[in-house]
Amino acid sequence: MTTRWFGERVQRVEDDRLLRGHGRFTDDVNENGERALESYLVRSPYAHARIRSIDVSAARAMPGVVAIYTAADLPFGQTDLPILIPHPNLTHGRTQRCLASEVVRYVGEPVVFIVADDRYLAEDAADLVQVEYEPLPVVITPEAGAKAEHLVHDDVPGNVAAEMIQEVGSVQAALASAPRRKRLHFRFERGAASPMEARAVWARWSTSERKLTVYDSTQSPTSIRGGLAVLFGLPESSVEVIAPDVGGGFGPKIMLFYSDELLVPFAAMQLGRPVKWTEDRQEHFTAVNQERGQVHDVEVGFDGEGRVQALSVDFIHDGGAYTPYGIILPIITAAQVPGPYRVPNYWVRFRDVYTNATPTSPYRGAGRPHACFVMERTLDAIAAELGLERAEVRRRNLIQPNEFPYELGVAWQDGNRVVYDSGDYPTLLDKALEKLGPRPAGDHIGMGLGMYVEGTGVGPYEGAHVQVLVSGKVVAATGIPSQGQAHATVWAQVVADQLGVDVSDVEVTGGDTRRFPWGVGTFASRGAVTAGNAMAVAAGMVAEKARHIAADHLEADPADLELVDGRVRVKGSPDRGMPLGAVAVLANPVRYAFGGGTEAATQFASRPRPGPPLQEGEQPGLEATGYYSPPGSTWASGCHAAYVHVDPKTFRLEVLKYVVIHDCGRVINPLVVEGQIEGGVAQGIGGAFYERLAYDEEGQLRNASFMEFLMPYATEIPAIEIDHIETPSPLNPLGVKGAGEAGVIPVGAVLAAAIEEALGVPITEMPLSPLKLFELVKSPS
Amino acid sequence: MKVNGVVHPAPTDSRRLLSDHLRHDLGLTGTHVGCEHGVCGCCTVLFDGAPVRSCLMLAIQAEGHEVTTIEGLAADGAPLHPVQQAFHECHGLQCGFCTPGFVMSVVGLLKQNPNPSADEINEGISGNLCRCTGYASIRRAVHRAAELSPSPVQGGGSGRGARQK
Repeated sequence: MTTRWFGERVQRVEDDRLLRGHGRFTDDVNENGERALESYLVRSPYAHARIRSIDVSAARAMPGVVAIYTAADLPFGQTDLPILIPHPNLTHGRTQRCLASEVVRYVGEPVVFIVADDRYLAEDAADLVQVEYEPLPVVITPEAGAKAEHLVHDDVPGNVAAEMIQEVGSVQAALASAPRRKRLHFRFERGAASPMEARAVWARWSTSERKLTVYDSTQSPTSIRGGLAVLFGLPESSVEVIAPDVGGGFGPKIMLFYSDELLVPFAAMQLGRPVKWTEDRQEHFTAVNQERGQVHDVEVGFDGEGRVQALSVDFIHDGGAYTPYGIILPIITAAQVPGPYRVPNYWVRFRDVYTNATPTSPYRGAGRPHACFVMERTLDAIAAELGLERAEVRRRNLIQPNEFPYELGVAWQDGNRVVYDSGDYPTLLDKALEKLGPRPAGDHIGMGLGMYVEGTGVGPYEGAHVQVLVSGKVVAATGIPSQGQAHATVWAQVVADQLGVDVSDVEVTGGDTRRFPWGVGTFASRGAVTAGNAMAVAAGMVAEKARHIAADHLEADPADLELVDGRVRVKGSPDRGMPLGAVAVLANPVRYAFGGGTEAATQFASRPRPGPPLQEGEQPGLEATGYYSPPGSTWASGCHAAYVHVDPKTFRLEVLKYVVIHDCGRVINPLVVEGQIEGGVAQGIGGAFYERLAYDEEGQLRNASFMEFLMPYATEIPAIEIDHIETPSPLNPLGVKGAGEAGVIPVGAVLAAAIEEALGVPITEMPLSPLKLFELVKSPS
Repeated sequence: MKVNGVVHPAPTDSRRLLSDHLRHDLGLTGTHVGCEHGVCGCCTVLFDGAPVRSCLMLAIQAEGHEVTTIEGLAADGAPLHPVQQAFHECHGLQCGFCTPGFVMSVVGLLKQNPNPSADEINEGISGNLCRCTGYASIRRAVHRAAELSPSPVQGGGSGRGARQK
C-alpha cells in the first residue's frame, strides 16, 4: 500500500452539492414527488403529572386532519420502549412508552400524534386536543433526585436507577496515610448538543413491494432498521433506513427510539401514504436527550510534591426521567476521572438518579468534560495549596510513555477494562506550554491548563463494501452515517491508497441500509477506527483479488504486482500492466457483453487458464466486503491551554489565546481533524460560558429558544491554535484513534482555571456566565 | 415573485412562510430552517439583493420582489460562485446545514463591503449560527471569498446571486 492520500489535507468531496443547495436532509426528501402527510406531536406541558383524560374528538373532526393517535390507538401502545444498553447495575431501569397515557415525567414527553395534510393544519389540530393533567410533585436537580423527597417513578425507591462502586488499590488506607488531604465539591449542569438540523423522520410503505422505506436524521440507521423490523414483524430485507445528509449530530441522534421514529413509519403503513415529521427548534430543546448534569464529592490525598496518592469520587448523575441509554454516561465519567495521571488508589461511586427532566444520553464528550473538570480542578487545588506551578503538578503525576499499555483497573463502556493503548502525555504538556507562550500584560488575566484522555473507537464492529467498476471508478459503502465529519472524503483516502487510484475516483456512501445493511452507528469518536479500518480491510481484499486476476493475464506472480495510478502492473516493469477497470471486467465472466469493455470477459474471448470461469471459492466482481472489530478502545489524548481576560465590571469573557495539542494517533486528514477540534472547542466554550439550560423548580425549561439559550456566534469564539503529535494505536491496522469529541472535553476545566486566576474567586461549577461571575465575586461560595 | 430569475405565481395560503414556500412549494430545499425564530440564519436568502431571514417573512410578502436562494448562485455544472468556492477551499463547512445561510449572508456582506477587516467579518457573520466548525474556517473562507470576488470597481459584481435591485 502506498500512502499517497493518507495524511494529506485533501479537500472535501462532500462540499460541492452542499454548497450548491443540493444537499438532501430528511426534511428535503420528496421521493417520487409524492407529497408526504405532515405531523405534529402534542407533548406534555408538565414535568410530572397524571393524565386524567385525553380528548381528541374535536381535533379528529377538523378538516385536513388525516389521523390522530393516542397510546390506545397503537398496537404497541402499552409496550415499554427498549433499554438500549442493559447493565447488571441498572437495577431499576425504566423507559417511556411511545405515547404517554398514564403519567408524564418530563416537559416534552409525547402524548398525542397528529397526522394532517400539512404541518400548519396539524398544529391547528393540536390546539383542539384536550388533555387533562393532575400535576404531581417535581424533582428537577440531581441533588433533589438523590434526596428523594418525591419519587419520579413510584416503584423506584430513592429515585436511584443504578449504583456502581469501583476501587483500585485501597483508598481509605491511602487517604489516611497521605501527608495532605483535601475535600472538594464540583457541580456541572445539563447541556444541550443543539445541532443546527433538529430531528426529522420520513416514511413510506409500499403495499405492492411490501417494503418500508424510512429516512431518519439518526446516527444509527442500522439499529433503526432492526428495531422497525422487530416491531412491525417484517423481515429486515423489507425495511430500508437511510440517514441522508444529517445536519450535525453530536450525540443525541444516536438515541433510539424517539417516539416519532416509530410513529411516523407506523402511520405511513396504516395510511398507505408517505408521512413525515420534522421537529421544530422549540420542541427540540426538551424532546431531545440532554447530558452533563452531575455533582461530585471529591477527597484527594497527596504528598508534599503534589503527587496524588489517593482519590475518592462520589457522584450523582442526573439521568432524567427514563434510562433508555442505560448507564453508559456515569460509567464513562467513573472511568475517565484519572485521565492521563497515575492515581494509585482510586475509589469511585456513582448513583444514576431519576429527575423530571428530559432523559440523558451522550452529548459530545459524553461523561468526560465533567470527569476532566473534576481531575483538573483537583490538581489546580493541589497546586494552589502547595504553592506549585500547575504545570509542574501535572508533570509529576503524568503516566510516562514507557508505561503503555496502561491498565487503569476500572470498567469501560464496551464491557472490557480500561487499558490505555499508547500516548505521550509529557510531550503534550510541554508542547502546549511552549505554544501558549508568555503571559500577556494586563490585569484580570488568567491562565488555564487542562489535559485529558479519551477512550475512542469502541466496538463492536463496522463493515465496508468496496467495488471497482468496469470504468475503473470505485464505489464504497459502510453502515455508519456522517453528520459532517467528512466520512466520504476520509474513507476515499483510505480506499484510494489501497487500490492505487485517485481519491476523486472513489465514491462513498454511508448510512444507507440499501447499500450496506450491517453496522452499529456513528458515536463515541469511533468512525475512523471502526469504519476507517473496515474500509482498509475491504479495499485490501479487493487489491488482493485484483492482483490474482491480473496475474493470470499478465503471466506474472501476484506478489510481483502493484496497484499504481489506476493500473495493476509488474513491479519494475511499469509497461506490463492493465487498467483496474479491465481487471474488474475479467473478474465477472459474462455471456453477454454489455459495453464498457465487457466483451473481454465473454466465453469466446481468450482465457488465460483452464477450468470453469469461476473456480472453487471464487466470487464474481472486483469487490469485497470486510469488517473491523476492535479488540479494545484506542485512547486519544490532548492538552489545552489558554489565556483569558475577564472584565471586572461587566464580567465579559475574552479568550486571548487558546492552544490545543492533540494526539489521535495517525491523522488521515489534518484538515478534517482540525475542523473537528475547532468545532469541539467552540462547543466547549459555549457550554462553559454562554449556554445554560434554565430549568425552573417546576421543571419548565425557561429558555427554550436560541434567543435565550446563547449558542455562540463567531463573535464569541476565538482563533484556536492547533498542533498534533502522533502516537499510533497498536490496536488497529491504520494506527488511528478517534477525534470527534476531543475538542470539547477539557474546555470547561481550562476556562474555569483561567477565570479563577483572572478574578481570584474559586470556580467549582459549570456553566458560568457574566451574572454568575458577578455573584461569585460578590459572595464567593 | 421572481425566484432565481424565474417568475412564480403567488402562494395560495396567506399564512405560508417564505421559507416553507421556497422549500416545499418550489422545491428549493437548499434554504434550510434551523430555528424558525430568526436567530440561526440557516434560512437566509437575498431579498431584492439583501440578506433576509425567510422564516420571518410570509411568502406573500415576497410578491413583486426578487428572491435569490443558494440554488441561484451558480447554475448546475457551472463553476461555484466565489463565496461557495472559498467555503470549499477553506473547509468552511462540515454538516452543511447552516452553510447556505452563511453563503447568502457573506454574498450580502461582500456586496456591501468587498474587503472586510477581521472585525467586520466577525460582525458580518454574527447573524448566523454554526455548531460544527467553531467559525475559524468560515472566517478564513470570507477572507478568501473577498480575494476571489471580482472587484466591483472593475464591474464584475460578485456573481448572479448579488443581483442589484
